[in-house]
Amino acid sequence: MLWAALRFPDLSLQLHLRGAASCGPTIVQEAGHRPRVLSCNEAAAKAGVQPGMLVSAAYAPTSRLNLCTIDPAKEAKALAGIASWATQFTPTVSLASSNEVLVEISGCLRLFGGLRPLSGRIRAGLAELGYRAIVSAAPTPGAALLFARAGIATSIDDRHELRRALAPLRLALLDQPAQAITALAGLGVHTIKDWLSLPRDGLARRFGQGFLDEIDRAFGTLPDPRPPFTVPSRYSASLELPAPVQETEPLLFAAKRLILELAGHLAMRQAGVIRLKLDLGHAHHAATPVLLGLSAPSRDAGHLVTLLREKLATVELPEAVETLCLVAGETRPLGSQDQALFADGRPSREERWRIIEHLRARLGTQAVHGLDMFPDHRPELAFRKSLPGQAGDGLCDLYRPLWLLPRPLQMRADGLLPQTESPLTLLDGPERVETGWWDDFDVQRDYFVARDGSGAKLWLFRERTGRKDWFLHGIFA
Amino acid sequence: MSSALQSLLQNPAIWRGGEQARVALPSIPTGFSELDRELPGEGWPRGVVSELLTERSGIGELSLLMPALAQLSRQDGWLMLIAPPWIPYAPALAARGIRLSRLIVANTTSGKDTLWAAEQSLRAGNCSAVLAWPAAFNEHNLRRLQLAAEESGSFGVVFGDSSRAALSSPAPLRLRLGMRHNRLAVKILKRRGSGLTPTLLLDVERNRAAAPMPASRFRQPLAHAGA
Repeated sequence: MLWAALRFPDLSLQLHLRGAASCGPTIVQEAGHRPRVLSCNEAAAKAGVQPGMLVSAAYAPTSRLNLCTIDPAKEAKALAGIASWATQFTPTVSLASSNEVLVEISGCLRLFGGLRPLSGRIRAGLAELGYRAIVSAAPTPGAALLFARAGIATSIDDRHELRRALAPLRLALLDQPAQAITALAGLGVHTIKDWLSLPRDGLARRFGQGFLDEIDRAFGTLPDPRPPFTVPSRYSASLELPAPVQETEPLLFAAKRLILELAGHLAMRQAGVIRLKLDLGHAHHAATPVLLGLSAPSRDAGHLVTLLREKLATVELPEAVETLCLVAGETRPLGSQDQALFADGRPSREERWRIIEHLRARLGTQAVHGLDMFPDHRPELAFRKSLPGQAGDGLCDLYRPLWLLPRPLQMRADGLLPQTESPLTLLDGPERVETGWWDDFDVQRDYFVARDGSGAKLWLFRERTGRKDWFLHGIFA
Repeated sequence: MSSALQSLLQNPAIWRGGEQARVALPSIPTGFSELDRELPGEGWPRGVVSELLTERSGIGELSLLMPALAQLSRQDGWLMLIAPPWIPYAPALAARGIRLSRLIVANTTSGKDTLWAAEQSLRAGNCSAVLAWPAAFNEHNLRRLQLAAEESGSFGVVFGDSSRAALSSPAPLRLRLGMRHNRLAVKILKRRGSGLTPTLLLDVERNRAAAPMPASRFRQPLAHAGA
């Protein structure tokens, strides 16, 4: 077994910072009457703010502070989001505490090319999501957590080495009451090494069996089962922007964080998304929904961000956006990308659809379509708009113009032939089309092919009823 | 000529003057041997935006492309028609051998969108041909399209008015299309390789399957109409 612990030391702060590329001085305060600063970003630290000081004192060095209050519920939701993102690496993921996630990686080491590439990948992936994490790996979950809490980004896969590496760690890192830790410190017992040199029965009597057990689990002498994290079947996540935003690019920056998280979630489920909703929340108005519909399931974050960019460009915002909420709608199974042994350069089905989705995101779904034939003698009904790629590959042996006018254009007629700027010559015809008396679109026409003075070939018809008018219906081009 | 020199001359980066110049540009045969002979790669060039400038629309500018498009529709990849001036008529396209399942029509509401859609389609790499009818375009627009086409190797065509013929253009192939003696007159304004050529007269409709109706059938109803 090999466990990786992902620890987010200042999750509450990162939650506020991840929505924008750069932020001014920001602090997180605890809830309460006389709140203290829990954590602050670099800009605030540079201004002289330190964790632990009173919030009122933090305003002394700098008045331009972004203040956020710690929100355990939001942090728990964010951690669940991270856990479901991490399921793309391994199915065994467990929530260890309010800011720690455990991932069992021995089963997927080979797939990702070893421990170092995998932990690098996890770290880079988390950075893209907007989180900073300490990633440590060890043969037991308890030891991995202890290393992460000590801030040691190590990876140990050997039990003997584990004993050596655990020994200098301080007892304060354990999940034990502060009272016991202080009492031990009074005895001069500060590290795990000090603890191990004392007799076990006496320690158990004074500090409880739980203390002994936690250390035994870290060394692997006691089993340490962890409750598995269950991935929610439907993905939804929200993100608060550090400052209200009106422009597309900063919105996309924040939305990309959520989309990457979604992509990880979908990768584990072997699914692709077809419908996606991004709610842009405002302070005083109802949220603006941005809906994305895809023709083929996808979980490619880059593609989804491209589509969203085109869509956002067409959305009119009533006011600046303060929160984003991404909800994945319908999903479809989507296998992992097959990689051909010999690349033949043929685009996959998903890739072929990309350009259509891209165009549709900006031009509208109706504006991008295929064309199909329809068995009807009336020329304006002999074709249909179809879904792209869905048309049949039928044949046609009629002589028809390549361009059809959206509606027949009436021509000025003078007796025998219609009048144009230059004299017309009839080349072919008539072809009689007389049908449709049953569905209120009765057509009785004689079609002719004509050439006008400039040489263009036209498709004309003359009504056989009423005023026997001439119409232009197509151009041969 | 030695074989080493032969292979060197096949390099598309080397252009030779004179009529015998042939370079190995990836191309699609146009379906018209007279025209193939005059084009540097013996066909419509890929990875290039070609500019077709028509004296007026409806003279056969689409028929000129039909054999190449029919061939491309047998391959993997979309045929994109962006902002066509009228409805591309599906039965006529099928009659010219186009597989309709490969055809995509994108209608736009502004000239800017047309150029955007053309650029995206050319860049995507999964469109075997991109035909665009922008309302207006300038040298800068064309250069962007040309770069996108170079990137993906698609066959791109931009239709414009023949009044543009005098303007400079970054498109490597420019043709002016007109009508002479009831045939499509193709004048190569610019091409890679050799210099200018005489105007070609093409019968662009000869490839269609159905022959025109016999004259006798044509005369009789006319008399009827006149009665």
